Order: sequence, then structure tokens, then C-alpha cells
Amino acid sequence: MSKPAKPQCFQDLILTLQEYWAGQGCLILQPYDMEMGAGTFHTATTLRALGPKPWYAAYVQPSRRPADGRYGENPNRLQHYYQFQAILKPSPTDILERYLGSLAAIGIDTGLHDIRFVEDDWESPTLGAWGLGWEVWCDSMEITQFTYFQGVGGMEVDMVAGEVTYGLERLAMYLFDKKTVYELPFNSPTSEVPLLYGDVFLQNEQEQSAYNFEHADTDMLFRHFVDAEKECARMLQLELPLPAYEQCIKASHTFNLLDARRVISVTERQSYILRVRDLAKACCEAWLATQRTPTQPSPSGGGQGGGA
Amino acid sequence: MAELLLEIRSEEIPARMQARAADDLKRLVSDGLKAAGLAFAGARAFATPRRLTLVIDGLPAARADVSEERRGPRVGAPDNAIQGFLKGAGLSSLDQAEKRDTGKGEFWFAVIRKKGGPTADVLPGVIEAAMKALPWPKSMKWGSGTLQWVRPLQGIIALFEGKALSGRVEPGGKMAPVVFGNTTRGHRFLSRGEITVTGFADYEAKLAAAHVVLDPAARRKTILEGAHRLAQEAQVALKDDEGLVEEVTGLVEWPVPLLGTIDAQFMDVPPEVLIVSMKTHLRQFVTTRPDGTLANRFVVVANTIARDGGKTIVEGNERVLRARLSDAKFFWDQDRKVRLEDRVAALKGVVFHAKLGTQAERVQRIAALATAVADCVPGAAKAEVMMAAELCKADLVSGMVGEFPELQGIMGRYYALHEKLPAAVADAIGDHYAPAGPNDRCPSAPVSMAVALADKLDALTSFWSIGEKPTGSRDPYALRRAALGVIRIVVENKLRLPLSRFFKQADLLDFFAERLKVQMRDKGVRHDVIDAVFALGGEDDLVRLLARVEALQSFLGTEAGKNLLTAYGRAANIVRAEERKDKTLAARIAGAPDVALLELGEEKAVASALAEVERTVKPALQKEDFAGAMQALAGLRAPIDAFFDKVTVNVQDKPDLRLNRLKLLNQIRATMDAVAAFSKIEG
Repeated sequence: MSKPAKPQCFQDLILTLQEYWAGQGCLILQPYDMEMGAGTFHTATTLRALGPKPWYAAYVQPSRRPADGRYGENPNRLQHYYQFQAILKPSPTDILERYLGSLAAIGIDTGLHDIRFVEDDWESPTLGAWGLGWEVWCDSMEITQFTYFQGVGGMEVDMVAGEVTYGLERLAMYLFDKKTVYELPFNSPTSEVPLLYGDVFLQNEQEQSAYNFEHADTDMLFRHFVDAEKECARMLQLELPLPAYEQCIKASHTFNLLDARRVISVTERQSYILRVRDLAKACCEAWLATQRTPTQPSPSGGGQGGGA
Repeated sequence: MAELLLEIRSEEIPARMQARAADDLKRLVSDGLKAAGLAFAGARAFATPRRLTLVIDGLPAARADVSEERRGPRVGAPDNAIQGFLKGAGLSSLDQAEKRDTGKGEFWFAVIRKKGGPTADVLPGVIEAAMKALPWPKSMKWGSGTLQWVRPLQGIIALFEGKALSGRVEPGGKMAPVVFGNTTRGHRFLSRGEITVTGFADYEAKLAAAHVVLDPAARRKTILEGAHRLAQEAQVALKDDEGLVEEVTGLVEWPVPLLGTIDAQFMDVPPEVLIVSMKTHLRQFVTTRPDGTLANRFVVVANTIARDGGKTIVEGNERVLRARLSDAKFFWDQDRKVRLEDRVAALKGVVFHAKLGTQAERVQRIAALATAVADCVPGAAKAEVMMAAELCKADLVSGMVGEFPELQGIMGRYYALHEKLPAAVADAIGDHYAPAGPNDRCPSAPVSMAVALADKLDALTSFWSIGEKPTGSRDPYALRRAALGVIRIVVENKLRLPLSRFFKQADLLDFFAERLKVQMRDKGVRHDVIDAVFALGGEDDLVRLLARVEALQSFLGTEAGKNLLTAYGRAANIVRAEERKDKTLAARIAGAPDVALLELGEEKAVASALAEVERTVKPALQKEDFAGAMQALAGLRAPIDAFFDKVTVNVQDKPDLRLNRLKLLNQIRATMDAVAAFSKIEG
């Protein structure tokens, strides 16, 4: 089956980007199976950005920002949305040309549109990560965040990763000229069962907004935060950075939920961010230690068991 | 005479850094050339988003040999001195140095010969050193490299007399070197392939043909002329915005101004909201109608020539603006359904600071302070002050301010006007954050002043009470700005506001004094004059304090003032010197001299002049007639001068007389110090 020359719906956009970045030598990974605020939290970015080993990957990451929920009433604000992320480490010298190639692939014709690179340095206080780069504007709309990673987990990187992040819904609204995200065609309007973004996600936005703002059990969340913090420390003791990092992701999302419930004051907020950052930092350090050892433990024998 | 052309090409350089970087490059290369003994006729630097360019004219093709002599230590000097000399002169042993008799003994001399040679041999080193030293506000590494530059380097043209210099920059890691060459690239989208150049004129012309306007001044001109023309054709006027022009100039290599239209449905949204969306978020220029109100047209500056003449770009910009404004309009419509008064309760849910409670509590404190402050603000009706203070933070929980925090206060004013609250109340809500800095507009309406002062005084006293005072560069709650705000409102409106009525913390008054000093110093008031008045202490009325400073500064500018200061100095010096010799003296010479012990006419004259001054100065000070008080002091000068001509203070055999004369001098000092601490003045 051949794909149309230009994406016609939301899923085409994803498929086109995947195909394009696969053609650039990227692994096509699947989303990380945990709630996280952005694609950057995926181990394929945060952890792989550290250490001396080259790494090219691209993936879609469902991103959760509980405080951005609008009960499905705001046309372009969602508490659950998709980011498409490509990470190329070390950043190749023609990375911007490759990125511009992806715009051509999704149907943005630079003979008709105005593409500008506007300074935007990126920082994630919770990950202790920072980088320099741009917002890429198409006709004054931000369509991509482009970042050269300089540090992660409070440490300077050995080798710089170029990170390209597309906010898929916003980009799709622009490409398909829709005023509201809920009217985006998710699959092809000519398919047997044509569905809109709203058909798939409107109810989710309504219910999850109610959860995020009204019903999330804050006592439970406070407990979960502390539990994740403890479990993270325990896994680090056992020198298991990957399970430890998952607890860090959990703590971060729990904090975001508590923040949406507005039970954390301005000053407490800062201290929670620092607590998550301490976890991220420790996980990154532990991960880095495994990357610098010359020999990796070889996988033990045995087949892959089925899930529970 | 030859030309050096240097172009350092990179990925897109942040607009705000370009001009400075071009200047720095010019300065660093120029300094490097001078240090290498290379004179030149002129240097010009340019920047675009993707390149820094420098052209240097009138360089010599070669340098002559130069020799330089350096004198070393005396022959026979200790070995470490000899070794130091050899190292400094770059010699390996004394065999390479020569002995010379200077007439003051025999010394070692080194003759250092610097080989001249082609200028082209020196230039690569100068360029590399300049690139290494260029101070980017933020720089980064890329790929597997370690070199720091603002964004990844892509190429370097280094041409001397039309030929590429031999040089390279190593990014490090496994990255290929960036080799000096004679090629560049044109516009990212409007040009293809490499461009080979032979010199600056050729370079500039070929870049222009490749859709790159090298000179920022020329881009700026295109932007402004194009934008004004488009606005004129649409019968609107471009709103001047220097900062935006500057930024946009740094975002484009080939500026193409285009005219867009704001959807009519948004034109009843407050103009500030439209302006924030257009200017801050989208870098679009705002236009106005002949009556000064916002027009429904905007100008956007694209970086490309589109095949359809810009139709798609304009539509895209209009679409982005529409999306932003429909959010804004939604909030504007929703927010007006709730009265500000009814929002106040929601402030209980907004934490101001963990230790200082919620915004609701802050509002109560502001309201109490504002009514107290109102006593000192002529024309501030208490009921209006109270109402404005209670509502001033209500817009923080409106949808619009949630989305556009920079519109706090401004939206509150609109909502208050919509509710038909008194205009003075609405304006006070809008003004109460002002002034936000030394150049921001300062409130001048009575109700506004009271609420704006209360807002800042509350922030200061509250943070002070929990020990959150600014230290060094750390001022997270912008308390310096708050203090400066209070100072500006008080001083510019000549408010008689005794600050210590509103707080008890003595060090907070010192903090105000410090801010006032900084502000006055910035305005060019002599720092010693400021110190002389501040040394009096205990002054919490800024207007009175400033009046005294002004009077003193102008008094010291007059002959009478200067002469009096000299007289004061003589008196004070003697007393100080004697006090140093005898620690008990200070206590013994306090108070008035004994009239019976005044012997000479000159002594009596000083005493009566002091009595006269005492009579006139006190009431003058009470009337805050500081100029008058200082004029009165001027009358002391002649008797004091005569006193010093005729009277010996330290008479050896008559201790009582000596003590009485010292008392007299001390009284001169005390009388004058009551007006200002003259000892702080630098003569």
C-alpha cells in the first residue's frame, strides 16, 4: 500500500514522520509505557543522551500535562497529547537540513511558507537538563522545538544530541486547517470508519480533567510520591538505574497531578521540583556508570516469557 | 595595501546577540592585528542570522623585521634573576645575551629579533585567537566536539588579498575541521549550492544575488520602509517599536514585509491583549488608525520570497493570530460575566508565599495599608482607595491573566470599567503594579498612588518579616524594584509620607536609604553630598531628605559654600587632632563655651555669629528652608577666618582658655553638622 504524497490525517502525519526519520537511520521506538510530561522523559532521550555511545532514535510519546486539562472545552489545550521526537547523537552537521527534509515530507513547502528559527533555550528543571536551540516557526506558528542537549541530570553530556520535538496536534491543526483539535481527522476521512480526534479523545479529556482537577486523591498521591522516592533510592542502592529511573518518572507525574490539584504552594513547589531533580540526577549518574564500563553484561539465555 | 575578509558561518544566531558579536569580532581581530604590529585603514563588521562578517582594509602585504632590546639583571646577579631574564627573553643561555656597560655597571642585554614576513602567515593565528576569545552570552558544543560557539559552525571564509588563508578550526571529537576557504552559502531557502568569492565587494554582491542582505542597517531600512509603505497603503500607521525592529532584523536574511488583517470579531478585545499576542508572541507589528486607536492591520516580516507573493504566509499568520485571539476573546467574554468582587474569595486559594499566606490575606494587608497611606496622599478618597485595594488582585484568578500573566492589573482595570466602577478605582487597579522599573510610567492619580504604595510597602514589610531580604545579586521577590517604586511615587509626586509610620524594621529604612542613594547617584548627585545628608540619620521623609540634598549640592556650588567648607575643615581638623591626643576631651568640650573666658574680639565675634546662626538656622530647618539655613551658615565664614588669623587655640600655659577655645571650635562643628554632616564632604 503506498502512502499519499502528503499526509491527509493525524495518523498519516505520524506514519510520514516515522518513515522519514527511519530513512535518516533512526530506530523507530514505541512510546514509553508510563505517564510522562514530555517525550524527553523517555529513556531513549534522557538516559541515551548521556554517555559516549552514538544513538539515533525516533518515536511518538503520549505526553501528560494534568494542569493543561480543559475538560475538552479549549480548542487547542489538552492534558494528554502526542509528541513526536527524533534524537540524533552525535548531532550530524546537516541535522537542520535533515529536519527541513521532514517538513517537506509532511507537506510544508518552503517555496510558499516562511520558516524562521527563533532562539529558545530549553531547560527541564525536574530532569536537571538543558540545551540551546530554537523554536521553529512556520508562518509565525511554532511547529517544532529544536534543542542541542548540553546537560542532563545535572551533568554535562559527553556527546551532543540534537533533539527535534514536534507537537503533533498543533502541527496537524495547521496542516489540515482545523480550528479545533477535536475536528482533526484521525484516520482518512475516506476510510471505512472515518474518525475524528474528538471521537477518540474528547471523552478522555473530559473525564481526565475532572480527575486531575477535582477527584485525584491527594493524600494517596502524596504517599505515592514518597513511595516512588524511596523505591528509587532503593533501586539505586542495588545499582539498577533503569528501574530507579522509572520511579523518578512516577514521582514526576505524581507531582504534576498534585500541582494540578493546587495542593502544593509556590515555595513547596520548588522543593518538590528539586526532589524530583535529585532523583533524576542520581539515576542519570548510575546509568552513566553502566555506559562507561567497557563490557556490558551479556544477556542471559532463555526465551522471552509472555506478559502476566 | 590589502584586504582581509572573514566570514564565520553558523546555524541561526539568536537575534539579540548578533550586533554585539559583530562588534566583538571587530574589536578582537583589530586588537590582535595591532598586537602583531599590523596597522590597517579600517574595519567593518556585519551580522545576519547565519553569519558574522568582518572586512579589514589597508593591511600591509608583509611586515618588516623588527628588533627589540631588553635589559636584564646586573652581571653577576643571582642565578634565579638570570634564569628569569633568559626565560622572559626566550633565550636558552647567556651565550645568546650580551654584556653592556650602562655607566651604572655592567648589565645583561637580550636582543630579540622578530622576523617579519608575509602578513598572511600571521592572520590565521589572529583569527583563531579572536574566535576563541569571542564572548557569546551563551555558547554550546555540538556533535562529538568540544569547541564552544553560539550554534554549530558551518564554514569560515578567510581571504587575504583574494586568496584563502591557511587555517582551520577544530571542533574536536571525531568532527571534521572547519577549514578556512573562499566559499559560502546564500539564503537558506532562496539559494542553492556554494558561492565562491574573491573579496568583500564580490562577496557582498554575490550574497545579495543569493538573497542575503549582509548589512543589518540595510535590512532594517527595508523592514521599516516596507512596513510603513504597507501601512500607508492600508491607510493606517505603523506603531513604532524599536525593540521589535531590532529583533526582526536579526531573524531574517531577506526581509519581506507583508500586511495581514486581524479578524473583525477580535477588535473589541482590549488593545493590550491584541498587542501582547501580536508583538510578544508572534513578532508582528501593530498599526493604528488616525485617532490613535488600534487598527485591524498588522505587518509581519517574512524571511523569504514566496511563489504566491506571500498569500500563504499571510493566511498562516492570520490563522495563528486568530487561534491566539480566540483564546483571548473567550477569556474576555467569560471573565466579564464574573464581577471582580466575586473573584476575591477565590484569592484564598492562591498562595502568595508559603510563609506569607494567600493572595486574599495579602489583599487585606494592602487594603489596611492603603487606607493609612491615603492620609498622606492629598485628594485620595478613602472609600475609593479601599475599594481599589480590595479588588486590585482579583484579576489574578481571571482566565485572561491566567493565560497572559503580563496583563495583570491591565485586565483588572478593564473589568472594573466594564462593571462601571468609578474610573479612579479602575485606574488604580490598572496602575498599582507601576512603576515596574526606572523607565516605567509612575502613578500620579491619588487613588492609584495610595494603592500602588501599599502594594509595594506590603511586599517589603512582609518579606522583611520572614527574613527574605535581597542579598547581592539575589532578589527573587524584586524587593529592590519595590523600594525604588515607592521612592519614585513619593518623590515624583512630592508626597509627604513618613515611612516609619508604616513599618518598624529599622534596617528596612536603611534599605530605602540605600536605594535612594543608588538612584541619586545614577542621576549624577555627588555621593559625598548624599552621604552628608544621610549621615544625619533618622530621616524617613524622602521629600524632605531630597530637598536637603539639593540645597546642599547647590550651596556647595557657590563661593560662599566652598569657603565655608574650608573654614569648617580647619575648625574640625583642630578639634579632631586634639581629640585623638586626649580621649577624655570630647566629653569636656561638649556644650557652649564660657562667655566669661572669651578673651579676644575674634573669639567673641565667632561666639556671637554662632548665636546668630543658632537663632536663624533652627526656624529655617523647621520650615524646611534648607537653602535659607545654609545661607545663614555662610555668615560664619568671615568670623572664623579672622579667628584663625589672630587666635591661638592651643595656648600652652592656660588650660582653661584652651579648653574654652576648643569648645568654641567644637560648637562651630556641631552647629554646622545639624544642617548636614560637612565632614563627609570632599573639599
